[in-house]
Amino acid sequence: MSEAPTQATNPARRAGRMLLLIAVAVLMSYPLLWLIASSFKPESLIFSDPGLIPAQFTLANYLEGWNRLGVPFGIFMLNSAVICVLAIVGNLFSCSVAAYAFARLEFPFSKLAFGLMLLTLMLPFHVTVLPQYIVFQNLGAVNTIIPLVLPKFFAVDAFFIFLLVQFIRGIPRDLDQAAEMDGCNKYQIFWHIIFPICRPALVLVAIFTFLWTWSDFFSQLIYLNQVEKYTAPLALNLFIDATSGESAWGMLFAMSVITLLPLFILFVLFQRQIAEGIATTGLKG
Amino acid sequence: MAQDTVEAVITGKQATRDATAASRRGEAWAALVFLTPWILGIVLLTALPMIGSFVLSFSNYDLLSAPRWVGTANYERLLFSDPRYLKSLEVTTVYVLVSVPLAVAVALIIAVTLSEATRSANFFRGVYYLPSLLGGSVAIGVLWRQIFGSSGLVNISLSGLGFQTTSWIGDPRYALWTLIILNVWQFGAPMVIFLAGVRQIPKEVVEATIMDGANPVQRFFRITLPLLSPLILFNLVMQTITAFQAFVPAYVVSDGSGGPIDSTLFYTLYLYLEGFRNFRMGYAMSMAWVLLVIIAVFTALSFYASRFWVHYES
Repeated sequence: MSEAPTQATNPARRAGRMLLLIAVAVLMSYPLLWLIASSFKPESLIFSDPGLIPAQFTLANYLEGWNRLGVPFGIFMLNSAVICVLAIVGNLFSCSVAAYAFARLEFPFSKLAFGLMLLTLMLPFHVTVLPQYIVFQNLGAVNTIIPLVLPKFFAVDAFFIFLLVQFIRGIPRDLDQAAEMDGCNKYQIFWHIIFPICRPALVLVAIFTFLWTWSDFFSQLIYLNQVEKYTAPLALNLFIDATSGESAWGMLFAMSVITLLPLFILFVLFQRQIAEGIATTGLKG
Repeated sequence: MAQDTVEAVITGKQATRDATAASRRGEAWAALVFLTPWILGIVLLTALPMIGSFVLSFSNYDLLSAPRWVGTANYERLLFSDPRYLKSLEVTTVYVLVSVPLAVAVALIIAVTLSEATRSANFFRGVYYLPSLLGGSVAIGVLWRQIFGSSGLVNISLSGLGFQTTSWIGDPRYALWTLIILNVWQFGAPMVIFLAGVRQIPKEVVEATIMDGANPVQRFFRITLPLLSPLILFNLVMQTITAFQAFVPAYVVSDGSGGPIDSTLFYTLYLYLEGFRNFRMGYAMSMAWVLLVIIAVFTALSFYASRFWVHYES
């Protein structure tokens, strides 16, 4: 039997494969790298220099852009961060308790309830967002962060419930039973056994809640209408309007880089967890 | 004596039966407590709003005065006499039908290629995945405006090579295509899912086909593709649902107008404009319900059609 060279050992194939991977990598990352590079270029160079190394290096875009809207850009970042932190707390709490009930407890109509939860995954949020807006408007909650964070305390992100249910189902039931022998009730079992073991899955919930909330635009756009309350994406959008008619791409790029920075840091820190999370649960990017 | 034991056993059994019944009731109560946030959420934030939006979709409602009932007029207008709505439906359909299969195909090809590169796989996976993490943000919309603008990166490069240039986002013939490119650029998320799937294909299966003399292309079509078909279905369905609801890129690239000449008027962008700019809430709600039906029908069709091409291991 002759040993056929596998793809992994055939040098020509390996070189071709590497070439393809590198070419795609360059194509994928060039726009991002160029965005970062251009944010350090003087305005005139952005329109003439397709390269990644600025011929002239300047911090002016960042310094001018930071205060261009009258409110320091740091405020917008802070507004976004506050919403993100509250959303994370809400999701960690509400999704984990619901997931525990679905994964471990027997109760009437449990299958029906679980099916209903899965069904909400498919629901376009436009069906609920308009009536929610009307209700929040009547409650006087428009132009506050309440409509943006309150729903997170009521387990509306079914994706995370599903993720946590899958994780809890993988925990051996012996642990629950041993704790029950020791006299723990369901609440103690959840709090002392299940919740701590769920840590890796909870980290994922926190990461994705942050990523999605930070990049969210539609709901922030409809609910927040005062510049001081604007989040980073809203501020960036306002920036486009405020600088229309003049050439301010440098500043716009600089502020874009700043709003992307938290996402980028999170990606670098948790790359492995994020990739595994998507692979195991099909979370969208 | 024997009588006693029997009785003891019986009463004992009775006692355990009582105990299990009690603990089962206790468990159901505990479940109710744990599910309280979710139940409140699904009733107050999902079910009731859905009923509300369904009812109000048969009315004209401008947020200021009381809703005025108009029967099925909103739906009739949507389907028969609103050319802008039909345009938005067309734009969104083209966007979905072109960008989703393209993104999923690229994701599949790259995942298979990447699975064979053992040492550098994690690095490339990161590079490919990053855009899908950032892609939905306003910042990337800003970047796209510049890249495909009249004096943007693409045109700097093209004119450097001696080509004629145009403003890609300013030309109704090309504007939608810049957004399609943006969506394909985000193939990373489905790719990561495929990559995990490829790695689960048993080594023996692959080795057996190598022994049989199958070349890599044959292997791809005979082994990889059938084994990954459930994931292909999953990615197609999820990406399509997401793409139907795309909003940010079109909003940012067109200054919230859907222009030029409505060429980037995504479904949800038109819904936003009607609901929150023109205060036609009832009309916007009827649009939301039609979107729900479109997505439901599409999902059902995908699962039905999958019987003919998705291969499940028995």
